[in-house]
This record gives sequence, C-alpha cells and structure tokens, in this order.
Amino acid sequence: MSVHQPLVALAGNPNAGKSALFNALTGARQKIANYPGVTVERKSGRLFLSDGRPVEIVDLPGSYSLKPHSLDEKVTRDVVTGQLDGQRRPDVIVVVVDASNLNNHLRFTLELIELGLPVVVALNMVDLAKRDGLELDPENLSAQLSVPVIETVAVRRRGISELNAAIENALSGTKSDAPLPADLDNEDRLALLSVRAHKIARSAVKSETATRQWTRIIDSVLLNPVAGFLVLVGLLFLMFQAVFAWSEAPIGWIEGGMEALGSAAAAALPDGLIQSFLVDGVIAGVGSVIVFLPQILILFLFILILEATGYMTRAAFVMDRMMASVGLSGHSFIPLLSSFACAIPGIMATRSIRDEKDRLTTILVAPLMTCSARLPVYTIIIGAFIPARSVGPGIGLQGLVLLGLYLFGIVGAMIVSLVLRRSVTKGEGSGFLIEMPKYQMPRIRDVAIGLFQRAWIFMRRAGTIIFFATILLWALLSFPKTPVDSGISQVDYSVAGRIANAITPVVEPIGFNRDIALALIPAMAAREVAVSALGTVYSIDAEEGDGATLLGDQLAADWTLPTALAFLMWFVFAPQCVSTIAVTKRETNGWKWPIFMVVYLFALAYVMAGITFWLARAAGL
Amino acid sequence: MKLSNLPRRVPARIAAIDWDSLPPADGSRLRALGFEQGAFIETLHKGMLFWRDPIAVRIGRMTVALRTVHAQAIECEERR
Repeated sequence: MSVHQPLVALAGNPNAGKSALFNALTGARQKIANYPGVTVERKSGRLFLSDGRPVEIVDLPGSYSLKPHSLDEKVTRDVVTGQLDGQRRPDVIVVVVDASNLNNHLRFTLELIELGLPVVVALNMVDLAKRDGLELDPENLSAQLSVPVIETVAVRRRGISELNAAIENALSGTKSDAPLPADLDNEDRLALLSVRAHKIARSAVKSETATRQWTRIIDSVLLNPVAGFLVLVGLLFLMFQAVFAWSEAPIGWIEGGMEALGSAAAAALPDGLIQSFLVDGVIAGVGSVIVFLPQILILFLFILILEATGYMTRAAFVMDRMMASVGLSGHSFIPLLSSFACAIPGIMATRSIRDEKDRLTTILVAPLMTCSARLPVYTIIIGAFIPARSVGPGIGLQGLVLLGLYLFGIVGAMIVSLVLRRSVTKGEGSGFLIEMPKYQMPRIRDVAIGLFQRAWIFMRRAGTIIFFATILLWALLSFPKTPVDSGISQVDYSVAGRIANAITPVVEPIGFNRDIALALIPAMAAREVAVSALGTVYSIDAEEGDGATLLGDQLAADWTLPTALAFLMWFVFAPQCVSTIAVTKRETNGWKWPIFMVVYLFALAYVMAGITFWLARAAGL
Repeated sequence: MKLSNLPRRVPARIAAIDWDSLPPADGSRLRALGFEQGAFIETLHKGMLFWRDPIAVRIGRMTVALRTVHAQAIECEERR
C-alpha cells in the first residue's frame, strides 16, 4: 500500500454505531489484521474520493476517553496521537457520535478535536434520536465545535455521500502541527471538558419531548429478576438446539461433496502415493474439518445477532451475579459464550475486560467451554458407543451424553476459576460497569459481513494449520514403507507408529490404546484432527480403503466402552489446540500463562480420563 | 440516600460522589459514563433471581449497569 495514501480514522464511544458506519463507508472491502506489536484487531477498508483517489480508513476500537482503561482504548489513543510504532498517524479523524447521547459522547469528541487533527463529526442514529423525541440542530453543533457535523443513519446508509464529501474536504484542508496537549490524562481537564460538552449538548438540542421508551418496555421483561433469567436460558437452549438441528442438511451436502471429490480423484489418478496423498491425506483430512463450518456459522449467527440487537450486555447483566460467585463478572460472559464456538475469538473478546486478573482467569478457563472442534470427536464416539435409545419422551441417551459433556466443561470452568481466583489470580473483583445500548433491529448486511469474516478465518485455518497437520500425519504414517511380505502392519512400522508406541505406556493407565496415542499427536494442531487421524490410521491399515464411512464401526469393534468414555472425558479438558495456546501467548504477552494453562489442562484431562476409565471398569461397563 | 438504596422508578439527582472510596480506574470510568454531581439518575432494575446485584440505572439518556459496591459511593437526592 502506498505511503501517500491518506489515512482516515473512525473513532467514537462504544455503541455509537461505529462499525455500521464503517461498513457503510467501505462495503465489504475490509481487511482484518492486528495493530503492530499488539493483538488488538485492526479493521481497515478503502474509500474512494470523487476524483477516484483511494483513502485508507481504519475503524478504531470504541473508547470513552483518551485516558485509556483497556488495551483497546490504549490503541485508540496511541493511533490518534501518532504514538503507535509502525502505524502512521491519521490525516483526518471521523468522530462517530450517537445523536441521542450527545451529553456523553461530546466529551470524547472534544478530546479528539483538541489533538489538532482535522475532525469531521458524524452525528449518527439521528432517526432513533428523533423517534426518541429529540430534535437536534446540527448547524449549531458544528458552529460550537468548529468542525463539520454530518447527520447520518449508518444502518440505512443515509448521509454517507455527504460524509464522504466532508472527509474529502477535510483531507484537502491544512494540517496543524500544533503540539499535543500535555495533560491528556488529567482528571481536572477531563472534568472541564465534560462541563463544556454538557453545555454544547444542551444548546444543540432544539426540543426534547417525553421519550417513546421501547428500550424501557423491553428491558422491563428482559431485565426482570425472574423473566430475564428464563429468557436467557431459553435463548441459549434455542441457540444450541439450532446449532445441531439446522446444520444437519448443510453438513450432509459438504460430506456428499467431499465424498464425490474423493472418488473422482481416486478414479482419475492412478493407484499409488499421489492418489493416497490426495484422497486419504488432503481430501479426507480437510474435508473432515470443514464439515463443521455450518455449526460454527450458526453459533456465530446467534452471537452476532445478539450483539447487534444490544441484547449481549443484558445477558452480561443477567449473568453477572452468578459469575461473581466464582470470582468472575458479567464481562466474562460474552467471551465465554463465544468460546462455545471457538476459544480463539473468545480469548480475543476478553480484551474488553478491564481488570487484568479477571481477564487472565477468563482466558485460562475459556478452553474448558466445549468448542465446536470437539463436536466431531464427540459425535463419532457417541455414535459408535452410546446406543440411540430413548430415556424419556423426546430425550435420547446420545443427546443426554452430549449435554453431559458440555456440563462437565462448564462445571469444570467454574471450579477452576474459583480455585484460580483464590490462588494464582488472587485479587479483588473488578466489579461490573457497562453501558446498555438501546435495542436495535440488526441490519442483515452487517451481520452477513461479520459472518463472512468468521467463515473466512475458519476456512483459512482449515486450509493452513489443519491442512499441514493432516499432510504431516499422512507422511509420518506412510513412511517408511513396510518391507513386502514382512507381516508387520504399515502403522506399526511407520514413524508415527513408532512415536505412538513410545507414548502408549504413558496413556495406558487411563485406558488409551496405541491408536488413540497416535491420534492425540496430530490432534495437538486441532482437536478435530483426532477424527481424521483415526480415519487415516484405519484407512492406511485397511486393505481396501473406505475407512471414513466405517470409522464408527471400526472403533466400536476395537475399543471397549470404558476406553471410549475416557477418550471423551480427555477431550473435555485436554488443551488440544496449538492455535489456542498461541493466542493465549499473544494475549498474555509471554509464555508463562500458556504453559500454565497447558500443564493444568493436561493434568486435569489425565486425571479425569483415568477416573472415568476405572469407574466405568468397576461398574462393569 | 445512597444510590444502592434508591428505590426503583424514583427520579433523583446525584448529590455527591465519594471518589476516594472508588478504585481510580472505576472512578474515571464512572465519570466517562456521565456520573457526576447534578446528573439526573433513576434506578430501573435491581438484581437478578434472588440477588440484589447488579443494578441498572438511567443516567442522562443512557442506561448503565453497575454493582452495588459502586452504587454505595454515590449519594442521591430525590427530585420532585
């Protein structure tokens, strides 16, 4: 990207509708990366001026003030003050302000104006303000702030071309080289700014009538001490129900497509190494993973909608007191909920938790939430070992076992955070302090963009980490080739088999066999690889292929029930995912906590799998 | 009357805030959310299930959730 391309930064309070405005300005042309040296997500896109010149536009993390309270807010401050290494200072700042919340949002606007950069104010959500009985005077506001003020409704794309024109205008204006105010953090200065903000807000309001309080009416149900709790439980139930029910059909299509692709490749290629590589390695391995895309997308669809409507902070409110009893707060609810899809976005979402110890505890327990990558493992083992019997009206035994595995993870996380809060992350609770935005109809386009970004991240993971892990395993299993007529199985003779034979004695006491030991190694890359690994093991060993379809039957024949149960329990706890470990390292700035996490989770997995195995044995299963 | 004791649906005004009793970070966050002397405030919701914590208040035109620990530092007076 050219150095001379101008940079526009979008700043504003949380809940000002910044992301919607960013989407409206840039469309789907967005790039997600990290800020240099920090793990805060940097969303940037491109905007074209009337003469066709491109402008880079970056969506800064939402902030209440330039005095930072979280990692996110510190990035915002460092970018607009030009103090973030490797990130040039913006040429223009667009401040997004919620029209119905001028009183509060103008202080941050004033802070930004005082930095000396050209500023354009986007007076956003004017439609909601009007509906709320608030009539504003943008000319008056513009005169008092001495910067252009543009009325916008980002979700309806109103005022976007006017905003574009104002940005263009500001870019051609002169840039002052005035020094930064020296006392950015001074509370007295901030207090003065907020007095000024209130005065400006008051005079910019033309009329204010009693509000039509939709949000209040909805909240009286959703925040009711009893009804609110029941609604949340119902929503979560619906969400998990949907993850399984809605995904059945698309999973079938993907499986069908992969099978067709596999047989086409098998038919088109001559028997031999290349065919085996493509069919057993690449297609079977990657295919067994992208099968989970539908479930991940459904889960994220719910999370994105709940966030876009403004319900997420209510859910945090509902859960706060309960989470406080294990030493966490409502702030941890959203990260932990996201962790049911995948611990990686969950751990990244902990950045909004201001208290360091709260945040660390949440990161450490996030992998205990049953992520979607465990589903393939659970599904195949449950399908093979648990009879599809009904234990009550509409309650299947298989479903009950699956629910039990989820509960094991949740209860485990509660106990662990309780213990951590009394030992390694000891300290006072940070409390719970959060703005609850007005309810809003989610915009399909914004949800679609968010969903597309998640899908892309997942596919990239499937295409890289999982792809290479599968290939590596295939290679380790295929070489060296057994001598002809030796009578030794290929798996035993291969490099992977020899490694697994060395590990087997360690995992034998908890009921694991050689094949499991073998599957656990590549499953470090990603849990779901365990399934494709078992598939590869059995298909390489089998004389006539077709390993994938028979995997369940093969396991049922080879493993005992206690072994299968121990294997499930292992996956509830084991930190089988290098990406999670890597993201923990990034988010905690060092190796100390990821190592701690890996050690405690492996210890827990070993002990719990062992207990399960021996109890099941004792029970005569 | 402390905000933590303010009944629901009673329009009130913040009379004083005991900033010293709050951790500095929480204090400036409260300030950023518009908690200051003279601000109009009203308790909307109190607690979940059988707990009285956290509470949700209307401050200016915003709704903010906070725990009673913080609400105890905020002194209110009824607005008639």
